Amino acid sequence: MDVLLLSRLQFALTTAFHYLYPPLSIGLGLLLVANESMWLWTRKPIYHQMARFWTKVFALTFAIGVATGIVLEFEFGTNWATYSRYVGDVFGSALAAEGIFAFFLESGFLAVLLFGWDKVGPRLHFLATCMVAFGAHFSAVWIIVANSWMQTPAGYHIVGEGLKARAEITDFWAMVFNPSSVDRLTHTVIGCWQAGAWFMVSVGAWYLLKRRHRDFAVASVKLGLAVASIAAVLSLISGHGSAAGVAQHQPTKLAAFEGQYETMARAPLYVVGWVDEKTETTRGVAIPGLLSWLVHGDAGAVLPGLRETAPAKADRPPVNFTFQLYHIMVVVGFALIGLAAWAAWALWRGTLENSRLLLGLLTLSVLGPQIANQAGWWAAEVGRQPWIVYKLLRTSEALSAVVTASQVVASMIMFGVVYVLLFAVFLYLLNDKIKHGPDDTDLHPAGKWALGFRPKAKGLNTEG
Amino acid sequence: MNFGTLDLNTVWFALVGVLFTGYVILDGFDLGVGVLHLFVVKRDEDRRVFLNAIGPVWDGNEVWLVTGGGALFAAFPIVYATVFSGFYLAFMALLCALIFRAVAIEFRSKHPSPRWRACWDVGFAAGSTGSALLIGVAMGNIAWGIPIDERGEFAGSFLGMLHPYALAMGVTTVALFAMHGAIYLVLKTEGDVQARVRRWVNPLIIAFILCYVLVTLATLLYIPHITDAFRGEPWFFGLVVAVVLAIANIPREVNRGKEFLAFLSSCAAMAGLMAIFGVGSYPNLVFSSPFPDHSLTAFNSASSRGTLAVMLTIALIGVPVVLAYTASIYWIFRGKVKLDKTSY
Repeated sequence: MDVLLLSRLQFALTTAFHYLYPPLSIGLGLLLVANESMWLWTRKPIYHQMARFWTKVFALTFAIGVATGIVLEFEFGTNWATYSRYVGDVFGSALAAEGIFAFFLESGFLAVLLFGWDKVGPRLHFLATCMVAFGAHFSAVWIIVANSWMQTPAGYHIVGEGLKARAEITDFWAMVFNPSSVDRLTHTVIGCWQAGAWFMVSVGAWYLLKRRHRDFAVASVKLGLAVASIAAVLSLISGHGSAAGVAQHQPTKLAAFEGQYETMARAPLYVVGWVDEKTETTRGVAIPGLLSWLVHGDAGAVLPGLRETAPAKADRPPVNFTFQLYHIMVVVGFALIGLAAWAAWALWRGTLENSRLLLGLLTLSVLGPQIANQAGWWAAEVGRQPWIVYKLLRTSEALSAVVTASQVVASMIMFGVVYVLLFAVFLYLLNDKIKHGPDDTDLHPAGKWALGFRPKAKGLNTEG
Repeated sequence: MNFGTLDLNTVWFALVGVLFTGYVILDGFDLGVGVLHLFVVKRDEDRRVFLNAIGPVWDGNEVWLVTGGGALFAAFPIVYATVFSGFYLAFMALLCALIFRAVAIEFRSKHPSPRWRACWDVGFAAGSTGSALLIGVAMGNIAWGIPIDERGEFAGSFLGMLHPYALAMGVTTVALFAMHGAIYLVLKTEGDVQARVRRWVNPLIIAFILCYVLVTLATLLYIPHITDAFRGEPWFFGLVVAVVLAIANIPREVNRGKEFLAFLSSCAAMAGLMAIFGVGSYPNLVFSSPFPDHSLTAFNSASSRGTLAVMLTIALIGVPVVLAYTASIYWIFRGKVKLDKTSY
């Protein structure tokens, strides 16, 4: 295998592995804020118990997110040195802003969130929880701004020629608000909320299925489901906005999403399908005119196909792969909306705890957003190929000149071993934590937490 | 913001230096705790005290590396690209060590079995020692100079980086971090554990001073581009004197029982060492040997003036805020370590 393929594989695998965790921290971060504000507002001990339990789970995902994130920052330089020189002026400033504004905020206040229960009062602790969640969201802002610039470059000019060519910022805010950043940021962050919310629902549903920790489980399902249902619907809306942006700024990618080779009016939207890249045909179940209608609000509108937007095959992404990834995301997204509606209905009717099928599906729901987030991210990145910076720099030209295939093989073996081990340990510990369940002593807050609430807390300790 | 005629390249040379200095001072003590972890105490409870001494802060300390790397990428992308691709295997090994260490800290406490804990103890110690060694070796190579070709690419090999000077710098860094970590532990522990750590402080100081003298001699003899900078500006020797005084002050404060002052002295000594390194190297970020003309400097490897100005604005807003809440978090977690149910 050559360095290009190996470097792409290594970057894809290390990013995909990393991307299991930040969505959980971002989503759980929001839920921790919701949870703790419920505790401060109602002062019901159950919310204190939930805060304690979910903070521990949060810590686990956060630790791996940080450890695997440093890898990515290093990899731009180690494997993609030419790219780093090319985009450093643009990309680097977003990355530095991420470090200064977001990472310090997150990791600093994380200490108070995890270890500060007895050191600070409830209000200061709540502030720390908010700061951690805010930091997690803010870090998503900068990395997605940088990535969106690779999709739709703006606010720059090119200096130098050939191997010496570089992109330089001419307008910082035009770079930050490039045509795709707001759409993509919204859609990604909502996807992260789903990851955290369905995770909470999933653990609660599992306890209900096993008939354990009932109060805790019901409260977790309710809180998780409230966020999950809203986020599931918002995902659809923001996804539509994002796809319309792709149609406008990256027509080749949209054509690959739908396997559309021919420029045509009444372009169809596939529910499922298969693209034969040799014969340039797409077969499957499609709704005629729907894609045209979604993009232009007119089922008769003409949409350009791959033969027009990228006549040379070398300028196209792998079409079938992109198509499948995109459709997996969409199908899973709709399934989650359906599941959220069903669960909300059952909860309202009071039948949730009796339906083992629904509880079983809810237990598995944690996988849904993970699959959709991964597939969506892969679709966005693979669909941009063969460009690393859209229409400016090809992926094949972005490699490190001095790195050899054997070096990349060595590092891939290293990452392979370390990440498999890491993932196994993560699952083991998560399973351990979930099996152990919430701590009943947390129903009686002690130390500063009790002191801060003495007048009201006395009567409430008996509730539960 | 428009910074007029301010020399932004030099400002960013200094700021990147400040970020990496912050990193070695802060992560230096928690890496040092890792270096000492297996040797100084054996009981599970004592080892938990070690881990919880750095527990609330190690993650934030590591962010200095992430931000330093990000600042290097943004301000000097050519240096970032050349060094990271050139030091490929070394940096991959560093990543491996850092991951292991982070995960060991988090996971050790999650299970009570002695074998589980013994495994993660080794992971934590090996990861910490390995990280310290690799950081030192990388710094040794940057000081010594690395071969760079006319395209600005690294023209050496991995084994070529393991020369005696770089290895000596690696060992010195391990000794320095261990000393720094030991002083921090004296500050954070009490009773029997503190007595055990205290016994290690003086030998570690002596070990570090021996390494330091050796590396300084080698620098004077073999690295003329650094010594030239000092010959040109004799007042730079004030820095060297200040570092020597700061190091000499450490055992004095430890023996007087003023651990916090000892720790501050150790921080000051590390800041001084980094300043000597920076002043000696300026304007080179990467000195090219044997082709000095190919060196990457603060001027031929920097981003555009516009980007440097935007980033300086970001830094002027962000850094004071970061320092303020970093300080308040250290304040919240001040005092001796007490184990409770949220501890590692």
